[in-house]
Amino acid sequence: MTYTPQLRELLTRVEATRNRRLQGYFPRLSAPEKEDVLKNFHPDYIEDSMRALQLGVNKGDRVPHELADLLEARSRLDDVWLDLQQLKYDVDVLVIGGGGAGAAAALLAQEQGANVLLVTKLRFGDANTVMAQGGIQAADKANDSPAVHYLDVIGGGHFTNVPELVRALTMDAPAALRWLEDLGAMFSKEEDGTMKSIHGGGTSRKRMHFARDYTGAEIMRTLRDEVRNRGLRVVEFCSAVELLLDGEGKAAGAVLYNMETGEYEIARAKTVILATGGSGRLHYQGFPTTNHYGATGDGLIIGYRAGARLAFMDTIQYHPTGAAFPPQILGLLITEKVRGLGAEPVNIDGEQFVHPLETRDVEASAIIREIKERGKGVVTETGMVGVWLDSPMIDIIHGPGTIERELPAMVRQFARFGVDIVREPMLIYPALHYQNGGLLIDENGRTNVENLYVAGECAGGIHGRNRLMGNSLLDIVVFGCRAGRHAGAVAAGVRVGKLQLGHVTAYHRQLEADGVDTGGRVAPLLLPRYTHRSQ
Amino acid sequence: MTQETELLNIYIMGKSYQVPASLTIMNALEYAGYQLVRGCGCRAGFCGACATVYRIKGDYELKVGLACQTKVEPDMYLAQLPFFPAQKAEYNIRELKATAEQIAHFYPEIFRCIGCNACTKICPQDLKVMQYIGYAQRGQIDRCADESFDCVMCGLCASRCPAQIVHYNVGILARRLYSRYLVPPAGHLQERVAEVRDGKFDGEIAVLMTASANDLKKRYNERDIEPE
Repeated sequence: MTYTPQLRELLTRVEATRNRRLQGYFPRLSAPEKEDVLKNFHPDYIEDSMRALQLGVNKGDRVPHELADLLEARSRLDDVWLDLQQLKYDVDVLVIGGGGAGAAAALLAQEQGANVLLVTKLRFGDANTVMAQGGIQAADKANDSPAVHYLDVIGGGHFTNVPELVRALTMDAPAALRWLEDLGAMFSKEEDGTMKSIHGGGTSRKRMHFARDYTGAEIMRTLRDEVRNRGLRVVEFCSAVELLLDGEGKAAGAVLYNMETGEYEIARAKTVILATGGSGRLHYQGFPTTNHYGATGDGLIIGYRAGARLAFMDTIQYHPTGAAFPPQILGLLITEKVRGLGAEPVNIDGEQFVHPLETRDVEASAIIREIKERGKGVVTETGMVGVWLDSPMIDIIHGPGTIERELPAMVRQFARFGVDIVREPMLIYPALHYQNGGLLIDENGRTNVENLYVAGECAGGIHGRNRLMGNSLLDIVVFGCRAGRHAGAVAAGVRVGKLQLGHVTAYHRQLEADGVDTGGRVAPLLLPRYTHRSQ
Repeated sequence: MTQETELLNIYIMGKSYQVPASLTIMNALEYAGYQLVRGCGCRAGFCGACATVYRIKGDYELKVGLACQTKVEPDMYLAQLPFFPAQKAEYNIRELKATAEQIAHFYPEIFRCIGCNACTKICPQDLKVMQYIGYAQRGQIDRCADESFDCVMCGLCASRCPAQIVHYNVGILARRLYSRYLVPPAGHLQERVAEVRDGKFDGEIAVLMTASANDLKKRYNERDIEPE
């Protein structure tokens, strides 16, 4: 669907100001200005979008309604009779989730000599990891250091991050990147092997490394290939619907669910790693999402029921640049690399209104303000509103051919629906992108439930209240490896007691005792429901 | 959607459904009532889960596309390819050589290519698939890696190949060989890994970890930013 004549007419305003904008410099916001735009326009600050949890470890903490609905729901095993001692799998380490964090964890756990099983709800590799285009951060250049990276991370997270986790993230980053390089991941490099790197939102050094604009896909397919080479056992289309604990309350396995046959299976394990990813498919506040199909927050639900603590679940990341047009790709992630390469957000009059590389929360809020308060948005014929992202600037700044070389995926995805981003700006609006919080972990990926680990987007604390671009691909590798290494080593000394689901029974009793209206809901959700929708 | 919705007819595995004309194949499957389990992944053209084969009524030609990236057309007969039983070689990437012989050792069938170009014609990413297999045959691993880079491993090429080549597994082997053996490792990265290991940054990090909230904010707001 190419731009309509009306939109084309508006595009001439963007073209008219382009040369002037290329000469000028748009200042970054001051700290008070940032605070102001966040308070007034960031979706997290909408009071009635959240509610206090009525039970569990985080009772009284506010989380989005859509998540609260699932935390205040009954188990899928409510009326299911299971013989928990009838084991289908009996392993040292059970990894739940087949994205980047799960793959890294499985590899490292096996390196400790553990017998590892990885189960995943969809195909191995169907995860947000493959969709991360822009890059992965690591302070590996001469003008940079892990301490500089640390300051960027903790400032970007509004000084709420857990310091030990930020230290682990930034200090392990070079080794994580080196590990991927050694495995043969194809990073974009100079002739002499120097990693290419650019800025991302909120970075003070150019430390965003990339593999064209398939960075996450390249990391995922490399890790997946490696897992397969090492003969690790992977079961696809197999979700976990509850964790199993032993008599002492330690994690000891999971009840698995065959997504195709509908059968339940018991897996016993000495240590369990949740790597189930995020929850964008819960569509908080009705936002379109950049997330993959399986991002329904299952790990949060089963972990919470087993007693693991959540952190920062009242903060969600809205990516500043989701596609607002064409309608077929509504919410599609437009990588931050587009702004990293120089494209500016521009309003209906062709005027820039925010520096392109503010942190994501600030950038998204500024876009929402430009539309809602100032009325400077562009309305499409479907009623969707957005602002322009002036992609043609990139070739003017860096030379013809840059867009096609550095952003092949973006070019292709828009071309499929008739928009040529080399010549025409994109129309964008913030999209639900990332779960900043999750189950709280320590430096080794451990939760407060013994022998239960979490890695990747399902974990909380690393990014505080806002994650920077390029720190998620980093986080899945760093904490995937850390959790795998620790869980693999610990497993050797674990003796598993009798498998139990008593925590689920207790959770149900608490729901009833507190008079929580579960409205017939069961959780985890496993798959979103999109049947009979007309868009 | 506020606009009026124009409906068109499609056939999902032979069965007729009326769906809005603006939808992608994936959205049309869901509109028709399917809750997808297989054949649906990232919904954004990266994961290769939703390879779809279709034909327009009255036309003999089989076409393909990723369901999430292709709009429905009138009288489209469609079916998905959710899984393809492809062979993958198992290898230790640390013990290989970046040569044509190495690839031939794991995937000898690449030399059975008959040049029909069915793989290229079917690729939903518009890659020159036959070309990159040619590069692999000739040991031009760098070119094979480059040409295959945008592959989403959906499996359509392998499904059409009369020589039973699994192109995408050849592609990833080539990319890993190229990146590990033919491109110099990043010297600055290895240096930094050693510096971290030797504790060079421990002091600086410790200062930040123990800094007061105000001190940390001041440092952050006053930090110098590398010019773009």
